[in-house]
Amino acid sequence: MRRDTLRDLAVAVIAWAALMVFPSIYESKFAIDFVIRMAAFGIFAASLNLLVGVTGMVSFGHGMFFATGAYGFGLLMQKAAISIPLAMLLTVGASALVALVVGAICVRLKEIYFAFLTLAFQMLLHSLIVAWVPLTGGDQGLTGGLPRPVFLGIDLAKQSHLYGFSATLLVAMLLVLRHLAETPFGYTLRLIRDNPERAHFLGVKVFWMRLAAFVAAGSIASVGGIIMALFVSGAFPEFANWTMSGEAIFMIMLGGSTVFLGPIAGTAILLVLNDFVTRLTEHYGLTLGLIILLFTLGLRKGLLDFIADAIARRRERAGQGG
Amino acid sequence: MDFATLANCLGSPACVVTQATSGLIIGMLLFLVAAGLTLIFGVLKVINFTHGAFYMLGAYFAYSIFRVTDSYTLAVIGAALGVGLFGLVFERLFMSRVYGSNVLMQLLVCYSFILILDDAVKLIWGPEFKSMGMPPTFMRPPLFIAGGVVPPFYLFLIGVTCFIGIVLWLVIGRTRFGKIIRAAAHNPGMVSALGLNTEMIYGLVFALGGLLAGLAGGLAAPVRSMVSGMGFSILIESFIVTVIGGMGSIIGAFVAAILLGLTRSFGSLGFPLFVDGAMFLIMALVLVIKPSGLFGKEA
Repeated sequence: MRRDTLRDLAVAVIAWAALMVFPSIYESKFAIDFVIRMAAFGIFAASLNLLVGVTGMVSFGHGMFFATGAYGFGLLMQKAAISIPLAMLLTVGASALVALVVGAICVRLKEIYFAFLTLAFQMLLHSLIVAWVPLTGGDQGLTGGLPRPVFLGIDLAKQSHLYGFSATLLVAMLLVLRHLAETPFGYTLRLIRDNPERAHFLGVKVFWMRLAAFVAAGSIASVGGIIMALFVSGAFPEFANWTMSGEAIFMIMLGGSTVFLGPIAGTAILLVLNDFVTRLTEHYGLTLGLIILLFTLGLRKGLLDFIADAIARRRERAGQGG
Repeated sequence: MDFATLANCLGSPACVVTQATSGLIIGMLLFLVAAGLTLIFGVLKVINFTHGAFYMLGAYFAYSIFRVTDSYTLAVIGAALGVGLFGLVFERLFMSRVYGSNVLMQLLVCYSFILILDDAVKLIWGPEFKSMGMPPTFMRPPLFIAGGVVPPFYLFLIGVTCFIGIVLWLVIGRTRFGKIIRAAAHNPGMVSALGLNTEMIYGLVFALGGLLAGLAGGLAAPVRSMVSGMGFSILIESFIVTVIGGMGSIIGAFVAAILLGLTRSFGSLGFPLFVDGAMFLIMALVLVIKPSGLFGKEA
């Protein structure tokens, strides 16, 4: 194994251990819920960054896979009476299939057109969910709760078990994404982002690489949807609405797209802002809008990108001085 | 799904006339908003996500001016000028700072303004639905065309928007200002090298876009109820219009807006739950077959 891989693995194990002992040190229902939501949205935003940050494909339709995750898993649990791991596997498989079909149509298109076509497919799914009332519950969403059969001693009806489950998935998915981004595959994607023509001349099959990234990102995003379905005990059409994809993009932009953990930082920032601003003031939009405006016009990049650049600049200056 | 209702309607001239006029109203208002959006994109290569909020501001401005002056004409003109000015200020003070950076940064600036304006509207005009009411001039009995009911205001609206569309087309196609705009869309560097102030052109284009959106908001005020966040759906729809018609094409926006308006009004009979889906389906089809849109130039 390469040294970097070992280091990533070590960081992941430490982060996982910290998340596991956290509830016994600091007991708070709010914090537990926060981490579960953080896991759902964090996986979602980080998977989108495989497209936005690494491959340079700005997808406006990523919420599609959050929804296939939540609805696929919810429907399987309600109607099929199968175990949770099997349902998860099937859901991720189904989302990958959706991503394969949608991606095959979309990834040929350039920048803004790619963004719009993915948005169109996501909104089609949204309309389908709203219109297909007998299966999805339409506007009301998939209600009635999810059965949660115990597996391997894990009872997801208990909030503490759901916490451990979500935190583990978060760390695992981040590790997968990190691995994807650091392998030759990831560097090929960066090459495509920076110069698709050059990649093409070097013999890279740009279409297939983009498609592979799209399928990987979609599959991983569906895991976020599964966690969300478990957290809210159902699935709602809002998951497939374009605001969902918009929020993921804001998370990436707030946290930074070039630093690997940027989207996670962005998720935390947006969730904290959401929670605290709604609690402190009724002028939620005004406050959040002003904060985002300060971020964008002040930093002009995501928080972690800004910090990383500042550190790099400082090092450079120190290097010049010495 | 209720295709029988749709088939019945298509069989009766009265129903066709009623649905077609309401479809045209939706389409023409959409055209005004989308024309501004497509114009701004054509010249600045920026997608103005706040355009729906501009429309909302137009409607509220018209509401207040109508309350004070009792004149619908003044209300519409005031709404257009007010939002045009707002567009200019918005571009100069905020958007112009993020042209060079990531597209997503522009999106964030716009998003923050959507949030701020929606909340500001709630603060100033209140969170509840507002309705301006029909101006007295148009309070007359409806006309009957082939048995279909057509309110006089609808005819006025169609006439005015058509007129504005033609004026816009002439301004862009025939005047010096239009020539400069087209040149700036084509090659801003050259325009700047020829001694024209591109920054001012950008500001003016944004103002023109805002003017059109404000106009649409003001014209729509008597027939639409107003609420904070009302710009959202029209923003999405005008996106679809610009994509179908081709980014930067005014004619394309016109055709696509009418197409979408008719899809909406007839679709609400045949497939009420899937009207939005149908619009996105059309957009997806166009993007797959001709990504640059029906009237767009090949990129």
